[in-house]
Formats: sequence, C-alpha cells, structure tokens
Amino acid sequence: MEKETLFLKGNEAIAHAAIRCGCDGYFGYPITPQSEVLETLSALEPWKTTGMVVVQSESEVASVNMLYGGGGCGKKVMTSSSSVGIALMQEGITYMAGADVPCLIVNVQRGGPGLGTIQPGQADYIQATRGGGNGDYNVIVLAPYSVQEMADFVDLGFELAFKYCTPVMMLADGVIGQMMEKVVLPPQKPRRTNEEIAEQCPWASLGKPKTRGVNVITSLELQPEKMEIKNHKLQEKYRRIEENEVRYEITGSDHPQVAIVVFGCSARISQKVVDLAREEGIEVALLRPITLWPFPTQAVKELAQKVDSILVVENNAGQMVYDVRYAVEGKIPVTQYGRFGGIIPTPAEILEVLKKQL
Amino acid sequence: MTKEDIIAKGTAAYERPVLMNDTPMHYCPGCSHGVVHKLIAEVIAEMGLEENSIGISPVGCGVFIYNYIDIDWQEAAHGRAPALATAIKRLLPDRLVFTYQGDGDCAGIGTNETIHSLNRGENITIIYINNAIYGMTGGQMAPTTLIGQKTVTCPYGRDPKQNGFPLKLTDIAAQLEGTSYVTRQSVHSVAAIRKAKKALRHAFEVSMQGKGSCFVEFVCTCSSGWKMMPEKANKWMEENMFPYYQIGDLKDE
Repeated sequence: MEKETLFLKGNEAIAHAAIRCGCDGYFGYPITPQSEVLETLSALEPWKTTGMVVVQSESEVASVNMLYGGGGCGKKVMTSSSSVGIALMQEGITYMAGADVPCLIVNVQRGGPGLGTIQPGQADYIQATRGGGNGDYNVIVLAPYSVQEMADFVDLGFELAFKYCTPVMMLADGVIGQMMEKVVLPPQKPRRTNEEIAEQCPWASLGKPKTRGVNVITSLELQPEKMEIKNHKLQEKYRRIEENEVRYEITGSDHPQVAIVVFGCSARISQKVVDLAREEGIEVALLRPITLWPFPTQAVKELAQKVDSILVVENNAGQMVYDVRYAVEGKIPVTQYGRFGGIIPTPAEILEVLKKQL
Repeated sequence: MTKEDIIAKGTAAYERPVLMNDTPMHYCPGCSHGVVHKLIAEVIAEMGLEENSIGISPVGCGVFIYNYIDIDWQEAAHGRAPALATAIKRLLPDRLVFTYQGDGDCAGIGTNETIHSLNRGENITIIYINNAIYGMTGGQMAPTTLIGQKTVTCPYGRDPKQNGFPLKLTDIAAQLEGTSYVTRQSVHSVAAIRKAKKALRHAFEVSMQGKGSCFVEFVCTCSSGWKMMPEKANKWMEENMFPYYQIGDLKDE
C-alpha cells in the first residue's frame, strides 16, 4: 500500500494506521464510542494481506491479557476500548508494566463515572497518567487532537512501547474518535519476522533456542530485596522517559497575557477561543500537552513566567489542572473550567470564562 | 559405591527428564504438581518441541513451573492464561502453546477465559489441575471442593445451600464445539501416570495438528490443604474425588 489521503473517522483511522504500521495483532471488545476500530479491521481483513491477527475477544479483561501474551512474544499488539472497558483492563496493564511488556492501548473516552454516558469525556486523565492499576508504575500517554494524530500516534505508540518495553496508551475521546477529517496514511511497513523480533527483542518468549537461556515474562518476585531492585529499575526507566519523551505544542500569541493549557478535543475547541479573543484584543497562548505522561512540566513552568494567569479547560471536574498547578508552583493563578457528563463547551462559553479571569 | 555411581547414566532405571531443571521444587510432599510437571517435560522432549514451546503459568501453586521446565514461559494474571495462550498461538501458529492452571484459576476466576478460548477452538492445550482446594493461599474452598469436604472457608463441610455445587469444568469443556480432545486423568499410581502421559501427548499432538482445543484435567491431591498424610490423601482421592470426577476421555474427535 502506498501513501494515501482518505476522509475518515478517528476510529477508522486507527484501524488503517494499525495495518500500515505493521501491527501484528488487534484484540478488542465492542464498546461505544470506539467500535469502528474493530469494525473497520474486520472489514479490511488484514489477515489476508499483511497477516495481522484480529480477534474479537469475550471481554476487555481477555483483550488486555491477549495483549500481554502477544506483547510477551515481542509482537506489535494493540487494543482499543472506552472508559468503562479501560477500567476493566487495568489488571492487564499493571501486569505488562511490571513485566516490561510493550503494547498499545487506545482509550476513546466517554463520560463517567460508572456506565456514565456514550457521549465524549476526558475524565480518565488521572487514571491514565497515574498508571491506573495497582503498584508504582506509569504508562506513556499520548493525547491526539485530530484524526491525523489518531493515525500517527499508532506508529509513534508502538515505537515508544518497544523503545522502553512498556505499555503505551493513546488517550483520545469520543469527539476525536467519531469526527471525520482528511488523513494522510503512510505507506505499508512490513511486519517484523520472528527472526527480526528475536534479534531486536532478545527478551521475547518465542520458544527457547539452545543458544540462549529461558525467557520468562513475569511481574512476580517474592523476595522483597529483589522486588525493590525491580521497582528501582522501573523508576529509572520512567525517569529516562520523562527526560526524553515529553511532547507538547505551543500556539497562539507570541506576547500572551493569558494562557490556556488544554489537551485532546478541548484543545481543538480552544484554538477557536484564541482567535475569538484576538478579535477582542486579548492575547492568548495555547499550550497543548501531547504526552500527558510524561507531562510537559518545564514548558508550563516557563509559560507561567510570561503570562498573568492560566486557564485549564478539560471535559472533567478538574484533573490535568493538578499537573498544571504543580508546574506553576503557585506563582500565578490557575483556574479550571470543566464541562462533563458528555457536554462539550462552546468557544464563546470558554471565552467568557477567560475574560472573567483577566 | 557412591550415590553418583548408583545413578550414573546408563545404570539408572529412571532419569530426570532432560527438560527438568535441577532446581529444588517448592511443592509439599505428596503433591501431584511435580509428577504432572515431569510428564510435561518428558512429552515436550519426546516430541522434539523443546525449542518450539511456550507455556503459560497460572497464579496459584503452579506459578513457579517456569523455574522447573526449561522452555520459554509467560506468567499470567489469575485466570487469564487462556487469553495469553490465544494471542500467542494466533501470532505463532507453529508453536506448542499450553497453559497450566489450578482449579481456582481455571474454574473460578478464569472460567470466562477458559470457556471462550475453548469455544473458539484455539489450538492450545489447557492443563487443569483439580485438587478441590486453594492450595497456595492456605486451603480455602475451591469451585471444585466436594459437598461435605472441609476447608478453612467451609470448616463444617461444603454446604450447597451456602456454597453451591462442585463445578465439573471438564464436562462443560466436552460440550463445546471448539474442543477436540477432552480428558480427565490422575497421577496417583504408576499405571495412572502412564495413562496420563499418553493423554497429554495426544493433547499436544492434536494442538499441533490444528484440530482444536484440548483440555486435560488432572484430578490431584493436596495433602497440605486437605490436612492428610500423602498416602491417605491418595486413598481419600480415590474414594471421594473419582466417583464425582470420573477418570477417562470425555471427547476425542
């Protein structure tokens, strides 16, 4: 397949991007608002072309543990789900973090708590950026704000997952998953052969040749002295990720009086706020974290030195605002505006909130 | 004559299977796990699959099987081994992929993964150790604990009004369209061990031929959990477990 430009839903873009980046396996369970990922893959039948495996599992619990098995073999494996389904997956995610297993998990968020609503939300921020399951761990969290990024972050997600042997989460939302945009898809990358995997992932459990010792994929260590060392190694890995993988984007005014810090679909809406504010003579900078973990703490800190105040807009009751306040260290006021339960704020509504804090 | 002379190669009537590591086992005296481990090691070596096998270990007493058999392993979350096995076999179809699970793992917390992987006809073998008790956590009631059997969470005996009935998971497995070979074995005597080994080899062969899922139950003792000496545990198993969990093939297509 050559490079191609298509008009797709965010969820469909994920499916196309997965096949094209040489993904080995997708394991998923239907849930609104992301079912198009599995539906598109089932229609495209990649097992007939690239050999990619697609399995509709019996539950999200099974999906994530299929990822654990496939990732443990050094295969590029992924799943997608939405909020309540992701909550069920936390068992598998913490196992993979503890066993250094790479994989990609896409969360097309809906409103919560509980069954909540099928409308979009951003209320899984804290769950995603603090690990989500038991124990001290993090997953790399990528936050797309366009259909193009939904596609691009599949390949980027796998790259990071294998670079650090860790689960990576794409934290999208129902808006980005359902909206249609033009998307440029990359040419087909070949899937890796078992020989290539054995060379690039010497830890993978592919079957033990006589030339090496056994590969055991496990998060278990009963001796506390050894378990503490294992934990230290994990933390060292997370510090390396924090050092090297922070991604963000600053747009808007070069001489801002106020800044909006915002991710995902809220960033799309807030881009319009920047334009509307400029028409009224208000200079606004927009900082969009692309990695939610690691969070662009330093970038927010530097931005806080240039503006009088920061507004955090998110479709939740106030989650990323904690990371922003941590970065700002109380030096300027940081306020949060949240709509939730599936409600998306309008640019005019956000502008009014912004004007009040000037 | 030293011990080494006695067990020198060529003179011993029985040797440690080549794939069994020289690692002391953590199992209690009289436990069946070690015997089943040996059978797995023997069958894999005899089939020449030592470089082509991936096992999935459970949560429970069998968790450390990866320390004892010299092949690649993955250690699953409690009950999820068949989900791992599904993905591994789909992604590496020429490998022997099997799970090793206890009754709490396979028939309790993991029933969903067990039934659905079997029903999909994944070309894997599930090795199911049924000793009617939770061994590792200290002898609590299992889904397979017999009516009237005493455990620390049913100290006056399992009462169906309170605890329901012992689950015959193997009988359910035999009903599923996706399974090809379903059997119930034991390892309490030399004759039983020989039969069990044949059954295990047949299961692995069927898995490798891509004929569907295989489910091999081993009715086992847990002398520590049952609070019996090993010999008495074997006798108790024959008298109480075998009438309910009947030994033999349930399905061979």
